[in-house]
Amino acid sequence: MLATIRLQRAFGPVVEGEAIVSAEGFSPRYDLDRWSGVITKPGHKLEGTSLRDKICFFPTAKGGIAAGWAFFDLKHKGIAPKALVFGVTNPVMVQGAVFANITISEGWLPHPAEVLKTGDWVRVDPQRKLIELLRRAG
Amino acid sequence: MRLTAEEQAMLEGRHGEPVREAIRYQIEVGDFWGAERFVPITNAHMMGDIEVMGDGGFGWLRRACEQQARCTIPITTNARCFDFGFAERLGQDPGEAAKERSIIRFLREMNVATTDTCINYQTIYQPHLGEHVAWGDTGTVIYANSVFGARSNFEGGPAVLSAALTGRTPEYGFHLERHRKGTLVVHLDAQLDDLADWGAVGKIVGERHQNYFAVPVFVGARRAPVADELKHLGAALASYGSMAMFHMIGVTPEAPSLEAALGGNKPVDEIRIDDGAIERVYSGYDLKDRSASLVVFSGPQLSLLEMKSLGAMLRGRTLHPGTQVFVTTSHGVKSAARELGYLAEIDAAGATVLEGVCFYILQNLSQMRVRNGWTNLISNSAKIVNIIGAHRFNTILRRTRDCVEIACTGKLH
Repeated sequence: MLATIRLQRAFGPVVEGEAIVSAEGFSPRYDLDRWSGVITKPGHKLEGTSLRDKICFFPTAKGGIAAGWAFFDLKHKGIAPKALVFGVTNPVMVQGAVFANITISEGWLPHPAEVLKTGDWVRVDPQRKLIELLRRAG
Repeated sequence: MRLTAEEQAMLEGRHGEPVREAIRYQIEVGDFWGAERFVPITNAHMMGDIEVMGDGGFGWLRRACEQQARCTIPITTNARCFDFGFAERLGQDPGEAAKERSIIRFLREMNVATTDTCINYQTIYQPHLGEHVAWGDTGTVIYANSVFGARSNFEGGPAVLSAALTGRTPEYGFHLERHRKGTLVVHLDAQLDDLADWGAVGKIVGERHQNYFAVPVFVGARRAPVADELKHLGAALASYGSMAMFHMIGVTPEAPSLEAALGGNKPVDEIRIDDGAIERVYSGYDLKDRSASLVVFSGPQLSLLEMKSLGAMLRGRTLHPGTQVFVTTSHGVKSAARELGYLAEIDAAGATVLEGVCFYILQNLSQMRVRNGWTNLISNSAKIVNIIGAHRFNTILRRTRDCVEIACTGKLH
């Protein structure tokens, strides 16, 4: 194992995928084009990035009640992320992820930016409250 | 979670499949947050429209309706994405409008009152101190917690429907006394004469503390703000900071004193907001091409008193050619504003008053922006200038009177 991150709380199936490590928080309403799965908010640090099938690391949750429905519909459209890993999140993100059966977690140690980069391949295991870095990017 | 006998029966399907699914979902969410039990709720308020639900949510709702899911406590709906009277004029999609009508039909069959308002706390139901409710959108929740002293978390559409089916919600977050105490202190040393000023306060505090469990305590307000000002403050705190509660000493019910509001917490931050800080918010916006083709009064919907005030400001004036103004409010407020003559004043100026919607959730908004050649969106709502980014507007916050001037002169400063 190259590195691990311990999670405070987590829900959902075990998933593996490419990491996106964001320095900015996230809301599916404020930041995401929910018809393409691409971050479109002008100036967002991930502007132009697709979240489809990604393991997304966000420091915070922004907003918003929309998340309650949004993840279910993103999954229906085949453009949902595989997992949402938050530093701090809010209830609606969790309600929305659980509703869509998308893996979600809150709280991390160490901070992902210390051990991960965007493009790295990681596995999220909610039962063990653990993220494992399996492969470095490139 | 510890379940009562009745909750156990729900989980075993003895109250029907929709209730079984609802409580199972609620337990999963409750487990995530470490909830130990459910609390009974008396009122629910949900967001459910085709723009946010998409075809995935639409199919889920239809199935729930067909399975005889029926809400057992009073439940109302938030603003939606169509005012059907204006759908064609706005170039909205007829197919999506038909789905929206179906959603309304499903919800009514499910015993939901489709009130289509995000100001339910001003127009429909005012919970009392300590009353547990399950509300969304965020502006309704922060108002309930802060101004009424009621207790709610942010609840997304499926979570609210589940709560209204089971009559309860998992006890975590703001249902618990320990999360309701202040965590930071904000000294207000500014004039704060306009709704947008209060929104700017919310922006300053919310951007600095993006944390659902951050609870700012405001001290030093030069006068007690009125309901519409608290509405804009709360909506902005919830939007920028994802916050669900604030205190204001001597104004909100759980803050008779700073000590009581903090409840023993040591503040993690102290912020001072003076007139300069508010002016820096207004001067911080990039005016781009200086176009003033779109001015919006929305997010949250306008109260009757806001409609009255806007009508007075627009009285005898006409919008600048090429500038469009949209105002959104509830069905009930629009009806009352018509009776009282406020609507005629706003209409006469050339503004468009939409009911039962909020501007930022309008179906086809991105296409509408492109078709109309809108670049800048000017508003007195700090919430809307934050929330609408994914539609690629360049947004600018201005005071209410300045918004009116911009709309009537076409000049953006």
